[in-house]
Amino acid sequence: MLSIDILLNAIVTGILLGSVYASLALGLGITFGILHIPNIAHPTLVVAGAFFVYTLTQWGIDPIVAAVIGLVPFYLLGVVLYAFYSAVFERKGGANVLQSLTLFFGLSLVIEILLSLGFGSELKSVSVSYIGLSLKLGVLTVPYRLLIPALLAPVTIAAVWLYLSRTNSGTAIRAVAHEERALSIAGLNPASVKRHAFGIATATAVIAGAALIMVGPIEPFAGRYQIGRVFAIVVLAGMGSIPGSLVIAIIIGIAEALVSSYLNPSWSPGVAFAILLLGLALRPQGLFGAAR
Amino acid sequence: MKTRRQFHKLMAATAAGLAAPAILGSKVFAQDKPIRVGASVSLTGPLASTKNGQIGYELWREDVNAAGGLLGRKVELVIYDDQSSAANVPAIYSKLVDVDACDVLFSPYGANLSAPVMPFIKQRDLFMIGMFGLAGNDVAKHDKFFHSGPWGPNSGRDWARGFFDLAKAQGVKKIAIINADLEFSKNAAKGGAEVAKEYGMEVVFNQSYPPNTSDFSSMIRNINAGDPEAIFIASYPADSTAIIRGVKEIGISDKVKLFGGAMIGPQYGALLGSLGPELNGLVNSHTFVPEPTMQTPAIKSFFDRYTPIAVKQGVDPLGFYIPPFYYVAGQLAAAAIKGSNSVDPAKMAAFLHANAVDTIAGKIAFTEIGDWKERRVLMVQLRGIKGNDLEQFRNPGHQVILDPPSLKTGDLAAPYNKARAS
Repeated sequence: MLSIDILLNAIVTGILLGSVYASLALGLGITFGILHIPNIAHPTLVVAGAFFVYTLTQWGIDPIVAAVIGLVPFYLLGVVLYAFYSAVFERKGGANVLQSLTLFFGLSLVIEILLSLGFGSELKSVSVSYIGLSLKLGVLTVPYRLLIPALLAPVTIAAVWLYLSRTNSGTAIRAVAHEERALSIAGLNPASVKRHAFGIATATAVIAGAALIMVGPIEPFAGRYQIGRVFAIVVLAGMGSIPGSLVIAIIIGIAEALVSSYLNPSWSPGVAFAILLLGLALRPQGLFGAAR
Repeated sequence: MKTRRQFHKLMAATAAGLAAPAILGSKVFAQDKPIRVGASVSLTGPLASTKNGQIGYELWREDVNAAGGLLGRKVELVIYDDQSSAANVPAIYSKLVDVDACDVLFSPYGANLSAPVMPFIKQRDLFMIGMFGLAGNDVAKHDKFFHSGPWGPNSGRDWARGFFDLAKAQGVKKIAIINADLEFSKNAAKGGAEVAKEYGMEVVFNQSYPPNTSDFSSMIRNINAGDPEAIFIASYPADSTAIIRGVKEIGISDKVKLFGGAMIGPQYGALLGSLGPELNGLVNSHTFVPEPTMQTPAIKSFFDRYTPIAVKQGVDPLGFYIPPFYYVAGQLAAAAIKGSNSVDPAKMAAFLHANAVDTIAGKIAFTEIGDWKERRVLMVQLRGIKGNDLEQFRNPGHQVILDPPSLKTGDLAAPYNKARAS
């Protein structure tokens, strides 16, 4: 059945879902895409952010306000995590990918267990007046539960991209990914720049966490279901391309929604990887990445 | 020396005096080693919300030991965390049998985790009580396996038949079926489609979706396009929430008379509390609800003891769905051991096959593959829910039993949209 309203609604839903995926991938885009640190704990940090937001909403605070409140603590958490990572691997000169993956895998397990101990294993969700309501625009029905989190992604991505491209410290972050030694010669401490970048990446996790818990209930292990998709977005966008990740996430979101509507929802988890394989076959550096 | 002898006498008397209250104040068990009951529980991982079942095990152990144990022997529980992973289950049960020397086994929770242990149980000819594994013994057909859950015979197909009986009574001709791509949900949907066909209903939409799908708007629009009169859903907690919210956001046809069936989640306090009035009108499966036809002194006593422990542990304070049946598992094991005067698997199994057992969930008799002879899955309709206070669910009238007829406490409120608005 190819009715126009189902098609339009599927496309809009895909854009909204894609935008939420972009929020989830943003932090990984910084740590993995720019710093080349395979932080597979990022989706778990997003879940931790969601629990932070959940906790504040229990005191009547709106999820978005809660996420803004969480930016500083999560930035500091990121700074501490990077300091630990750097002390364990980088200063000893042995930060190979496998060791880093093991460290962040272990970190995600620790965070999951801590969340389980702290919050229990039941699903947690937020109750806000706009969740459950929809915006009607002709044949379109747009749930606020998706619309509001989806609006967070372009705002956050624009803010991060402006910071990275228009400020000196942002330029330093991009530079550290290309040539650490040159940065040292210029009088900057690469470890300090990376620590700051890791802090920003972790701070975005609380924004993504707010988006995640508005879309649906979460439990401590919810990060596991997102990890494949967010890596696909970052790699396909091209390592380091922050705005590109929004475009790719929306393409994946639309593709998933169309597959769900017209083929079979069970096939939708494969969509991100099918697009990834196709995209990398055509452009190995990613669709928006510069050839190196 | 006289002084030393006097000192020894004094010490012996003191020791006896100190020990006397403990000896006199507790049950004296025979010198035999304890009876060991082994189980895995999902204390961590995605199924950790089922860990409140362990309270049921522990209350049973407390009761059975307070009553003198079994065969004069103390009962011990040996429980490991399976981390909600089927991959961990075979090793855990090997250890329970070969290292911990457990006499009785309780299965892990549910079909997904129980499936890996069934070949082992069958091969080693062990006695096991199954915990909520739908159709868990339908393939192995092990004669020493008994379900604590009320799925009934031919459970793979029939456990949710009550939903279709209600649909049939409403004259439903067109039905939609959706399910999560997981063992339990797939079985429920497959069985549901067969029953629908048997009742002459046309399945206008039948689709599965991957676990942890967060948006169902596309699927709900497609369901609406099929114009069904009933929608049978086999989902897991996160999906159940997304589906119920999706229906509120997108809307559903006024023709739909029944909505629900096999949704996991609305049985638990977490979802009852978070969704609250959004659940009104839902017709869904359950194992126990505090309606007048189900309340007995035994089950009331169980919940009087369960609730404070659950609150202290931070697990579901209601605990209607799982914990009573974990207690029932203990009662079944105890009946088998006492009745056969043995921990021999063959003798225990023979006793349960030959005798019905009184439990806090009622009298249970078993088929040859350990299903309850009589299906006692409830179809309840959630009604009159106001706000998000969990305490309201302890009162009758909010989870009205529509099926089975023997436990019925009300009639279906339909159509779904009208019941939703109630």
